This record gives sequence, structure tokens and C-alpha cells, in this order.
Amino acid sequence: MDLKLKIWRQAGPDAEGKFVHYPVHNISQDASFLEMMDILNEELVANGEEPVAFDHDCREGICGMCSLFINGYPHGPDDSITTCQLHMRKFKDGETIVIEPWRAKPFPIIKDLMVDRSAFDEIIQAGGYVSINTGGVPDANAIPIKKEHADLAMDAAACIGCGACVAACKNASAMLFVSAKVSQFALLPQGKIEAKLRVENMVAKMDDLGFGNCTNTYACEAECPKDISIANIARMNREFLVAKLS
Amino acid sequence: MTKLDSKIPAGPLAEKWTNYKAHQNLVNPANKRKIDVIVVGTGLAGGSAAASLSELGFNVKVFCIQDSPRRAHSIAAQGGINAAKNYPNDGDSVYRLFYDTVKGGDYRAREANVYRLAEVSNNIIDQCVAQGVPFAREYGGLLDNRSFGGALVSRTFYARGQTGQQLLLGAYSALSKEINKGSVEMFTRREMMDIVIMDGKARGIIVRNLVTGELERHGAHAVLLATGGYGNVFFLSTNAMTSNGSAAWKAYKRGAYFGDPSFVQIHPTCIPVHGDYQSKLTLMSESLRNDGRIWVPKKKEDAELIQQGKLSPVKIPEEDRDYYLERRYPAFGNLVPRDVASRAAKERCDAGHGVGNTGLAVYLDFKDAINRLGKNVIEARYGNLFQMYEKIVDENPYETPMMIYPAIHYTMGGIWVDYELQSTIPGLFVGGEANFSDHGANRLGASALMQGLSDGYFVLPYTMQNYLADQINIPHFDTNTPEFNQTANDVQGTIDKLFAVNGSKTVDSFHKRLGLIMWDHVGMARNKEGLEKAISEIKELRKEFWENVSVPGEKTGMNVELEKALRVVDFLELGELMARDALDRNESCGGHFREEYKTPEGEAMRDDSKYMYVSAWEYKGADNEPQLHKEPLIYENIEVKQRNYKTA
Ligand SMILES: Cc1cc2nc3c(=O)[nH]c(=O)nc-3n(C[C@H](O)[C@H](O)[C@H](O)COP(=O)(O)OP(=O)(O)OC[C@H]3O[C@@H](n4cnc5c(N)ncnc54)[C@H](O)[C@@H]3O)c2cc1C
Repeated sequence: MDLKLKIWRQAGPDAEGKFVHYPVHNISQDASFLEMMDILNEELVANGEEPVAFDHDCREGICGMCSLFINGYPHGPDDSITTCQLHMRKFKDGETIVIEPWRAKPFPIIKDLMVDRSAFDEIIQAGGYVSINTGGVPDANAIPIKKEHADLAMDAAACIGCGACVAACKNASAMLFVSAKVSQFALLPQGKIEAKLRVENMVAKMDDLGFGNCTNTYACEAECPKDISIANIARMNREFLVAKLS
Repeated sequence: MTKLDSKIPAGPLAEKWTNYKAHQNLVNPANKRKIDVIVVGTGLAGGSAAASLSELGFNVKVFCIQDSPRRAHSIAAQGGINAAKNYPNDGDSVYRLFYDTVKGGDYRAREANVYRLAEVSNNIIDQCVAQGVPFAREYGGLLDNRSFGGALVSRTFYARGQTGQQLLLGAYSALSKEINKGSVEMFTRREMMDIVIMDGKARGIIVRNLVTGELERHGAHAVLLATGGYGNVFFLSTNAMTSNGSAAWKAYKRGAYFGDPSFVQIHPTCIPVHGDYQSKLTLMSESLRNDGRIWVPKKKEDAELIQQGKLSPVKIPEEDRDYYLERRYPAFGNLVPRDVASRAAKERCDAGHGVGNTGLAVYLDFKDAINRLGKNVIEARYGNLFQMYEKIVDENPYETPMMIYPAIHYTMGGIWVDYELQSTIPGLFVGGEANFSDHGANRLGASALMQGLSDGYFVLPYTMQNYLADQINIPHFDTNTPEFNQTANDVQGTIDKLFAVNGSKTVDSFHKRLGLIMWDHVGMARNKEGLEKAISEIKELRKEFWENVSVPGEKTGMNVELEKALRVVDFLELGELMARDALDRNESCGGHFREEYKTPEGEAMRDDSKYMYVSAWEYKGADNEPQLHKEPLIYENIEVKQRNYKTA
């Protein structure tokens, strides 16, 4: 198939960016979206031009590195997958595809389609852990956990930290990301001990970093490649309330 | 010349590690703050080591290529992690895990290391649960286990199909806690370019800041490399795009011996290659072999019709299917180790029974399991893998059997380390997939995660401390020394040289050609002639690379092509050493299969009288051949046998 790409190019964090048009030809339907980008980049390099910079690594939907905003959707038009799992069979021959970086203040652009998501790491550093050291812990089966709770905790822990939720939200809210981590620990006995401090510190950090408020549009849930549920946000709000009251 | 001393502690096998810990040197808490440690890599090995060293009180600087430590390649591990807990009460023990690992590795691993690994395996599970890792559980609330290849017990703990992710997020959480405390300094989007040696010891690294392009210097009392495996030398592999061999290769060129470079694991269950634009291969977890049955058509005519798209596999009646693993290996069936399963698939495809449009695929069929357990059970167990398969192949594996084929997956080889995981450069430690240590010539499934976390949480914090104990009087390092200047100049020299070529071919085009040479001659089946050919072809390719590669863009700022070029420079050298090592080893063992050395039934045939050693290669300069050193392997606690998976 032949396609017209309209790609955001920006030389550096402070440079001005603009859309540049690139046609690509003879793309196989079975190629992945990033393989299509590779083909474009190979052509650019062969012509001595700089390739389009974009983040990617595992190319199987788990590392959370890839991050493109494609035709208005984070990770493109297909459901429940990351950009690297998107395949060209989802597009039509001759189609124009608009490719942009995540757009959110707390995620500044580094170059072209790459953004800086270290704000997410900072939120985790504020409390996304159980404060235990290596060694001296009880036998694993000494902490029985209801299967139902373990499964729900796993649903929340499946978050890959890609930032699609923030990119999808008109307020650039990080509530889905933060609540997924808070929920994972809220559902497990290991997380109960520090529950109050954790939710308070993580929420404060999130606000500090300039992420916006949640206004319940559910765009985050709709675009999450891992189907993280907004029920986590409700759970976090409860945790937060309990923390404030105690 | 450095002497190869594996420093295995004296005493009975089961007491070695306990004795070591009882007698090692320790650093007093107040002195730990005076000591700096560099950790390169934030996968399971690096992340867990960095967190644990920081908890002990050392100042730790940590580096990774990705934008966050949470994205290291360990995140992609799917199936599970082994431990000798014996929770299912099915006869497991530390000894059995040790035994299975040595046997699975075809008797090419060091007994003492493997025993220690099995011994601490149980602590890992305890640690991870305490961190809040949501492992799969039974209705009674206790942990669930599944089976993996090469074992007759169920000892694999898992978190759906995302075990690596959950374990890594556990290590990342511990690391985040230490960053918050201020004793870990994290440097992301940095790539280590070289190691700085002072007075014969590793004292720092030069890193490239991938955002600004600047070369930065960092000094420390000891350096730990936990930089993962080099499977991407084959271009196509299940590894992530930035997985590389450069850190290990730089260590080798600075004097660390490279152990068993040719020992590469080819994983039997990957999605087959489909086009020349393809950038990587996708693994379908080994856990699928718990419930899936592997087969090809018995009749060549059927296979041909399938290849031409004229016949559907579901139309082939039971009696015309060859479940070749169950046929050849009745005791282990579909759960034979990876090397055995991979070769058996190649054998059937080479004989003309392969499926898919290339004929290079076999079926992994869930029909019987779905009939027996119901679709919902299979979905609960493997849903995410089935979804991943469907997105890539555009076929529904609940209805049509999956197609799979072997692909490069893991490197057992790596920097040679002693019992303390220290390389032949004092002060340079190596953990995780980057070292050669525990898996011999073939790694069993779910054992890499175990090894990474064993090294990081439970081994390196002790052994590095033993080394650091006499370093307390050495002040923090100044990075303005002649050694730092020289090493930084060397790195800059390579970068300048790459830009100066100004050729016309892309980096990827060279990498792909290298990959084909490696796959054809240093892959699943090797022989003398092919290996010799590979060596000369790689040399020529390297020459052409330096005459005609194109690296556009600037030296400063983000330059992705330059990053790739720097990695391919090293792959082009490493590939040659792998071929050389494979050529030296005139036997077949584990994943190293030399066509000249096989049993009448086609199984790998070892030659213990001549090759029961770890090869450790020493770099002798660009114009000289490397020198081979041999660490003899001594088995005192295991009877060395021909591996047998036909009968239990
Ligand atoms: C798809 C897949 C599935 C797998 N499934 C399983 C499984 O189910 N069970 C199992 O036991 N094993 C599995 N494995 C193997 C296992 O995941 C790996 O062997 C293991 O995770 C490696 O961990 P590591 O810490 O050694 O390295 P990695 O996780 O690869 O981490 C390497 C780190 O080093 C950094 N790095 C590398 N080079 C440099 C440099 N030059 N400068 C700075 N930083 C650098 C990277 O940024 C990264 O942080 C799987 C592997 C793959 C590919």
C-alpha cells in the first residue's frame, strides 16, 4: 500500500516544530506501524537526511517506550494495543496518516516524536513501593491473598507507564496512571501499612508536576493499551479520603 | 597474563555459599558512605543490585539506555521464574533444581554457581511477594505454579503472561525507594561507551548522554555491568531493539575475558519470520507448551498444500499429524528443553514437512486443551499471548493452530566471571544475562529471571562488599586523570571516525547482512566449513562497513543513527569471536550443535574428554588473534551423562 505521512518534526526541546509530509510506497499490510516508520527512516538515511526520532524498544507491547499520537489517538486507532503492535492492515491504501508526539505540559518534547516522561518516575519515587529492604522477609506463602484480590491487583499492575492516559486527557491528568499503582498496593496486605502516606505523597507529587485534574471524561480508559480500568480512580479517591480522615 | 581462578570456596557443595558469607570481608556502615559503586543496567540484575547496594549504604550511580529504569528488556519476559519451593509437593528440592539446571545446560556450567542459584531461588520468591508482586494464586490464597521445559516438577511462579514485567516493576519500586532516599543517583538515556581502568582496576565509565550527545565521565570504587544479552548480533531476535553487546564487548577489549561466546539459545516457540522489512521476532512463551501440542503434517503432500494456501490445518485428520516431540521424547514430550525442541522443528522443516507460506513453521495446537478444559480456562492462562499472536499474524489461535518457529532468544555466553561474579578485571563485576555463568550450553525456561534476581538481590551485595572492604581509604575519584582523558578520547575517536566515513549504506543494512551470516553459519546448526566462511565474511563486511556506512546528523544532540552505528561496530567484531568459539568446540552440546558431531538419532554428541571446559577468550589487540583460556569443569556432585529426555 502507498501512504501519505504527515509527521511532527522538531529538532530539539526549544526548537520550533512543524508537520512535514512524507510519502511512503509499497508497504506490506503485514508490516507493523513501526516497521513502516523504519522503512521511511531507511529511505531518509539513504538520502543523507536525518531519520524521524521516535521512542520504541521491545516492540511487543510491554516496555511502554513507544508513544505515538496517530490520527488523533494515542497508540493509533486500534483498541487495547500499543503503537508497536499496530499493523498496517488497519489502514487503507492511499490514506493520510498524521503522526504527532504526546502533547502534555509535563511531557516536554525532546526531539520529533520523543517526549520526556520522567515525571512518571518521580511520582513512583514519591511512594509507589513497599518500604522493605532485601532480605529478612517472611516465606511467600505466609502471606495468603484472596485470588480475587490478587487478580485485581494484577489488573492494575499491568500498567506499562506509557503515558497514553495523559496524552488522551484534555486536562493532561495522570489519575489513571497514579491510581493503578495506588490500587495495586491497596488491594494487597503488603501495601496496607503505608497506604495513607503513599496515596498522599503520590497525589501531591502528581499535582506538583503540573498534571491536570480528572473531570471524568474516561478518555484515559478508552485509550489505555492495557485496559486499565477507571475503577482504579474511584479506589484511589476512596484511599485518599480515608487518608485525610485518619 | 591474568590467571583464571574461579575462586570456588572449599567445602561440601551445599555449604559453600554459607561458608563464603560467614568469612567474607564486610564494610562498616560508616565507611559504606565513602564508597561509590556504578551499576550499568536496570534490568532484573542491575535494578535489584543497585537497590540492594544502596540499602546497605553505598553511594550508587545507575545508568540505562531507556527513558526510565522500568523499561529494561527484562520487562518483556513472559512465562515465569523458577524456584525450589516445592509448594506443589511434587518432589522438588534445591538439589533437583540444581541438577535439572546442570543437566539442561548439558554439563557445561559450574557446579558451585548453579547450586548457589538454586539455593537462593526461594529467597527471591519471598522477596518479590513482600514487595507486592502480584503472582498468580490458587483459590486458597497461596501461590500457583506451572511447568516449564526440562523439568518433571512444577516450580515456575508466574504473573499471567507478564512475569518479567511484574518482577522488574518490583525491582524498580525498590530502586525508586532508594532514589527517593537520595542514595541512588539515576541516569537515564545514557549509554556506556567504555570502561576506565586505573592501576589495573575498573574505576569508572564513559557514557554518552543520548539526549545531548555529550560524553560524560563517572568514577567509582567498583563497576557492575548488568547490561543484558547480545542476541541482537543476529539482527532478528526476540530481544528489544536497544539490547546490545557493546558494554560487554568494551569490557572484553579492556581485558575482561569473554566466556563461551558461541553459546546462544534458540527458542522454539516464536512467531515465524514473514518479511524482509521485519525488525524483530516475537516470542510466544514456553508456558504454552504446558497445554499446546506441537505437530506437522505426516504427509509431505499435505505440508505442500498448506504452504500454497490450499489446505487448512484443521482439515488434517488426527492420524495424519506427526506430534514429533511426543513421538521422539515420550518422557518429556512437548516439554523437552529448548535446544532439543528447536532442532526437532528445524529437522522436520528441512525434511519438507514445515507449514506456513515459507515452509519454515510448525503448529502449536490448543485444540485438545480447549476440548479438555474449555476455552475460558485457556483464555485465562494465555489470553494476552493469544491476543498478541492474533494482532501480528491476523489469525485466531483459538480456532487455527498457532504457527511457530525457532528464533534467537538468549545468550548463555557473556563476560567470564568467577564465583564472586567478578571478571578478570579487578573491580569489574558482571551480573544477569551479561555474564556467562550459570546456564552452561543451554538455559532452561524461567531460569534467567531467577539468575538475574539471584545475582542482584542475593549474590552481588555480598561479593562486591568483599571486594570493597579494602577500598575504604581510597577517596572519591577525580575524573580528570590521564586514564579518563585517554578513554574519553578513544570514544570520541570512534565517533569521529564513523562520521568521517560518509558512505552510502545504512547502518541497518549492514546489521541485517551480519544477521544473515550469523543465522546461516553460527545459528541452529553449525559446521567447520560454515564457521570458517562466517569468519571471513564478517571480516569483509566489517571492512565494507568502515568504507561505506552512512551516519547522518550531528555529533551533538539526539542522534539515533549514531547510537545504532556504535552498537553495530561492536556486533561486527563480536560475531567473529562467536564463530571462532564455535569452531574451537569440536563437539555438540546444548544449543551449540555442530553437524559433524551427533548421535545416530541426531542428538547432540558431547566430547567430555576434550571439551569439558568454559572457553574464556582474551583480547590481544585488533591485529592479533584472541587467546583461548580454558576453565576445566569438575563435576563432583552430579554424574555426567548423555542427556536423555526419552525416558524419565
Ligand atoms: C521475549 C522474552 C521473554 C523472556 N521470558 C523469560 C521467562 O519467562 N523467564 C525467564 O527466566 N527468562 C525469560 N527471558 C530472558 C530474560 O528476560 C532475560 O535474560 C533477563 O531479563 C535479562 O535481564 P538482565 O537484567 O540481565 O538484562 P536486561 O533486562 O536486558 O537489562 C539490560 C539493562 O542494561 C542497560 N544497558 C545495556 N547496555 C547498556 C549500555 N551500554 N549503557 C547503559 N546501559 C546499558 C539497558 O538499558 C537495561 O537497563 C525472556 C527474554 C525475552 C527476550
